[in-house]
Amino acid sequence: METYYNPADLAKFGNITEWQAEAGRKFFDYYGEVFKDGALTEREKSLIALAVAHAVQCPYCIDAYTTDSLQKGADEAQMMEAVHVAAAIKGGAVLVHGVQMMNKAKELSM
Amino acid sequence: MIKSLKATGSQLADSAFQLTVLRPDQADGAHLPSFSAKMREAGLFPLRPVAPAILQINVGKMCNQVCKHCHVDAGPDRKEIMTRETMQLCLDALARTDIQTVDLTGGAPEMNPDFRWLVEGISKLGRKTIVRCNLTIIVANKKYHDLPEFFARHGVEVVSSLPFYNAGKTDRQRGEGVFDDSIRALKMLNAVGYGQEGSGLVLNLVYNPAGAFLPGSQAGLQQQFKRALLKDFGIVFNDLFAITNIPVSRYLDYLLESGNYAGYMEKLVAAFNPVAAAGVMCRDTISVGWDGQLYDCDFNQMLDLLVASPVQHIRDFDAAALTERAVVVNQHCYGCTAGAGSSCGGATA
Repeated sequence: METYYNPADLAKFGNITEWQAEAGRKFFDYYGEVFKDGALTEREKSLIALAVAHAVQCPYCIDAYTTDSLQKGADEAQMMEAVHVAAAIKGGAVLVHGVQMMNKAKELSM
Repeated sequence: MIKSLKATGSQLADSAFQLTVLRPDQADGAHLPSFSAKMREAGLFPLRPVAPAILQINVGKMCNQVCKHCHVDAGPDRKEIMTRETMQLCLDALARTDIQTVDLTGGAPEMNPDFRWLVEGISKLGRKTIVRCNLTIIVANKKYHDLPEFFARHGVEVVSSLPFYNAGKTDRQRGEGVFDDSIRALKMLNAVGYGQEGSGLVLNLVYNPAGAFLPGSQAGLQQQFKRALLKDFGIVFNDLFAITNIPVSRYLDYLLESGNYAGYMEKLVAAFNPVAAAGVMCRDTISVGWDGQLYDCDFNQMLDLLVASPVQHIRDFDAAALTERAVVVNQHCYGCTAGAGSSCGGATA
């Protein structure tokens, strides 16, 4: 079945350098640097990436960072809590606009 | 309790069938290069050993557990165990060499009735013993409760599998209740000094992924395990070895049954690391089967891939002649060369 997202394309991510080598290379160097053990551990970074992957709804990233989180030793509860963090922020971002809606409604109402 | 592949009559109990499944030209592995070709590219084929430094003895396939990933297909129904006569041949071979380390594995090696006799024999020769203890055997029966004291008396290094620091993942891989029993056993080992600073008694743990993925950084995992086991149970240990699951026997069965075989093999091939390939443990280890036959490693043993040498049995052991051989490799060897590498002592690169 043909779909917009093909799991096999994830392995071809590096090919983006074929059409713009310098920018692509700089991106991947940066990417590698970002995920190194630092003030945050590799596992913590992987869980953040997993949460962001859900927030941006990137199927490639969800596959990649589910695998990566498992490899880094995260357990299922930690992974689901990361997804809830993403959901809370996404949900909160919607709801906090409710204040704007209230402000406007009050402005227009008697 | 799940049964061994042998007990269920699975085709995968046959090593020749496993090797057929693993062939690079099989449908599932159609896009995979052969391991020997990959090693040739890295300038490592044929793979030559150095003088043996470790004698790894598999004293039998009998085990009190039936772990889902077991490459030995061990279990309570397996009766193939080493006799005292073959153990004596191992001791005779050791006495003729300067191999300093003997690595005892199984099954649960402690279930062999001559296990303690063998450890005492190695001890008398002044060589170091490593035992691959599954932990639960220590609490399985009263007759094993004193194993921690026995190990300590002989300065045995204990290497124990604990796939995760919580019950969920551990029990899914190793069986219901295994985590709680393992914690009890670890506390008993700690109580006699194992893993305690300054005791000289070494307790190392083995992490291997509970699924179709590769292990992450050994150092990172060790830090997590140390923190969690100390905080939750007051348990201490020395080092954590992160080991990659090798596609052999029950782990191969799991990969095929779960539809993960091709993807896992692709991951292993993509992660091929020439540095890890140069440091594989088969270069300085000789593996002895329960019947005395010699192999390059415990995985080759389970695939019935004997050493490529005129010396193929422990009774004829000749370290110099064995050093002349080329290590027998096959597709499962990708498991030891992926990422940071994998060996019975953890990462190699």
